[in-house]
Amino acid sequence: MKIIKKAQSGSFESSDIIVLIEPVEENSGRNIEIDSTVMLEYGENIEKLITQKLDSYSIADIHLIVKDKGALDPTINARLETAIIRASALQKGTLA
Amino acid sequence: MLYIPGNNPAMLQQGGIYGADSLLLDLEDAVALNQKDSARILVRNMLKSIDFYGTEVCVRVNHLDTPFGLEDLEEIVPLQPDAIRYPKTETVEELERLIQIIEAIEDKHNLPHNKMTIHAMIETALGVQNVFRIAKYSKRVDAITIGGQDLTADMNIKSTKDGSGIDLARKMIVMAAKANKIDAIDTVFVDVNDEEGLRKDTEYAKQIGFTGKAVINPRQIDVIHDVYMPTDDEIRKAYRIMKEFKKNKEAGIGVFAIDGKMIDAPVMARAAHVLELARIDIDSI
Amino acid sequence: MKNIIGREVPEYIEGVGKIDMFVGAWEKLKKGWMDEVTISPPNKAKMPHQSKSCSDLEEAIKKTSPKDGMTVSFHHHLRNGDNILVQSIDILAKMGIKNITLASSSLNEVHNPLLKYLKDGTITKIWSSGIRGEIGKAISEGVLDLPVTIHSHGGRARAIHTGKIDLDLAIIAASAADEEGNATGSHGKSAFGSMGYAGIDSRYAKQVIIVTDNMVEYPCVPISIKQNFVDYVVEVESIGDASKIATGSTRITKSPMDLRIARLAAEVIEHSGFFEPGFSFQVGAGGASLAVAKYIREKMKKTEIKGSFILGGVTSYGVDMLNEGLFNAIFDVQSFDAAVCSSIMNNSKHIEIPASLYANPFNCGCMTNKLDVVVLGALEIDLDFNVNVITGSDGTVRGASGGHSDTASGANLTVVVCPSFRGRLPIVKKSIHTVVTPGETIDVLVTERGICVNPKRPELEEQLTKAGLNVRKIEDLQEEVEGIVGKEKEVEYTDKIVGLIEYRDGTIIDVIRQVKRNEQ
Repeated sequence: MKIIKKAQSGSFESSDIIVLIEPVEENSGRNIEIDSTVMLEYGENIEKLITQKLDSYSIADIHLIVKDKGALDPTINARLETAIIRASALQKGTLA
Repeated sequence: MLYIPGNNPAMLQQGGIYGADSLLLDLEDAVALNQKDSARILVRNMLKSIDFYGTEVCVRVNHLDTPFGLEDLEEIVPLQPDAIRYPKTETVEELERLIQIIEAIEDKHNLPHNKMTIHAMIETALGVQNVFRIAKYSKRVDAITIGGQDLTADMNIKSTKDGSGIDLARKMIVMAAKANKIDAIDTVFVDVNDEEGLRKDTEYAKQIGFTGKAVINPRQIDVIHDVYMPTDDEIRKAYRIMKEFKKNKEAGIGVFAIDGKMIDAPVMARAAHVLELARIDIDSI
Repeated sequence: MKNIIGREVPEYIEGVGKIDMFVGAWEKLKKGWMDEVTISPPNKAKMPHQSKSCSDLEEAIKKTSPKDGMTVSFHHHLRNGDNILVQSIDILAKMGIKNITLASSSLNEVHNPLLKYLKDGTITKIWSSGIRGEIGKAISEGVLDLPVTIHSHGGRARAIHTGKIDLDLAIIAASAADEEGNATGSHGKSAFGSMGYAGIDSRYAKQVIIVTDNMVEYPCVPISIKQNFVDYVVEVESIGDASKIATGSTRITKSPMDLRIARLAAEVIEHSGFFEPGFSFQVGAGGASLAVAKYIREKMKKTEIKGSFILGGVTSYGVDMLNEGLFNAIFDVQSFDAAVCSSIMNNSKHIEIPASLYANPFNCGCMTNKLDVVVLGALEIDLDFNVNVITGSDGTVRGASGGHSDTASGANLTVVVCPSFRGRLPIVKKSIHTVVTPGETIDVLVTERGICVNPKRPELEEQLTKAGLNVRKIEDLQEEVEGIVGKEKEVEYTDKIVGLIEYRDGTIIDVIRQVKRNEQ
């Protein structure tokens, strides 16, 4: 899948995570920034989820920023999926 | 039935801890129009991963007339929550269309047609007019609920605490539900801080035949349970009736009397219902 | 070496000496007397009609002849509105005093400005029940050479009696005082209620200064601090920010999670066998712990059970229950809101008590010895029911020992209320960062996902299960929580000990190690 536009998902509420995506030049790779209220304890875990998600969509080039407020894995995965799909202009069943 | 906004992870992940009898994960009115996809994916993930501790889980999808409804069903039906709540049901034709689509999705995923049920939500005058046919239409519909806020808007009247404007609608919905032996769930009491008002409203709902009530804040759950909980006296009487019934059944006696009062089928049914509310296992008697 | 509850505690620490190991919650009480020797309070003398007045705090402090290595004490009844502590240290620092041992009964975020004094050698040792904010963070990161000592409220009293905390100067803020130093916290523009933690300081410190922003005509009543222990009296513009000291009345939380946990805890108490006429009761100042009082109050009214006394840590909620006749008396060591102040003034059944009577284990029976039910919070709890109330999940010092271990050791039923996880961080864990209260003193854990009973109380477990409560094994709960939040990455520590956790009997139950911070 290709990232073709800016998109975001999630909120600043506790237990949620904001995912911000920007397209980048082809072959510039994955630029991932992680900020979390539980950075020390779960930062690595969040990074792993992001990598897995990007792999599953075969995304090689992206600028992705997350601001996490202690979201659980199902939430992180949901917000990542939503943002990636929006950034690929493939979202369904919503008002853009 | 505790309403939980579908785009709110904090509330979704705590859904099962409040002792609610059922949860409504809401993709409809509680979700902004540009977040429908976000909520849908979140609720889908939550259904897959979060333990709701045996609480009944219903998902309110968007109406098929909106750009969102079909996608909701595609994502949610395969996960087979306990029920799908369909908003603003007005005609039998809508219900027919809904069930067709649900069954098509179930077929695609090799799922049975009779596990997940449907709650029809009546929120317009037309819906109230058609409620008897709607309640009767399919065995998959096992509850009718009323959306008071939208109904008063449709009727162009003010929403009042005593619910007088929607009183007829409430009673019709109960009647339709009772005629088909399904549940009737009453509308939300919006003032979360007015415990007395909630109690009065719930007592009225119980009196006219609603079997449950929607709540928007976990704090309201205790009041609902309290109102619907049979008194110790009622429980004792029901227990005694059930005991006598079993004793007489063994002896081959069908109709009997306790303290000079005839105990026939309707009395038995009422006793069984009391015991069910009190969560007493009838088999253990 | 591993102590008897499995915590790694060194037998000897540089700068501290040999460590007196924790031997069990009640071991040292069994003999009926304490081995340690108590010190004598100072013997002072004053000529008749000698004025104690000083024009300002600086003059008063100068008169006490402060010197390097001194121990100075404060109480924390002013909470985050305190103006006096930092001001006093500023004065001592300006005078060039170094190597100060700070013995405030607790430290809050308002004391953040002290950080520079920890860095420059002005303050080199700290005794406190709790440390928060920038100070807590800095201590976790090893700003001091010597470890701080975290004590309980009762333990502080014991430590002062034995001279372990050897007070040179006590600076005691009061919301009303007279020219002789009779002082109280129960009225005045900066009223804060009980002066429970300050009494022992006034008795044992070599020099005592009373600081007030409300000098009243002699005599100042009621008398919490007595004039015969006071050397100097100072009137200042303001002892603190009244809005941060004590606001209005404490409200019960509206958080659905906290209310749910509180409801369940109330049911535990109801079916514990201790919810009987004449029971005594203590809850925390907020959150789920205080909310338990709401449900107990409703149950007391419904069942017409009358209690004996409320202990604590008192909020206006407790005052309401006293006024409703649900309890006979309140024993108040610390008041949390303005409504409590007027109750102390006007109700003879609202009794101000000193820390020693409240919780010192070494006397003929402190109040916690008589307590039936206490409801406590927790930052972390492990599978042996040991509780951490001092360090956060990242190893930072950010809480307080307070009355936690005191009340847990005395109460017939100790209930810990907390969510099973908070903002993704698990509270119920296999291994916690620091133990403040040993599991043997904890009876029940109540979370939103289940109730766990200490295996030492099988009858209690049976009773609660029979009552239909969601009782489960703590190991199962911990596993479920880990499944929900995922496995955390553990904090890394260095070998440096930055804190000693002193149990109420003076033994060391655990230590706090310096966190390893990666240089970014």
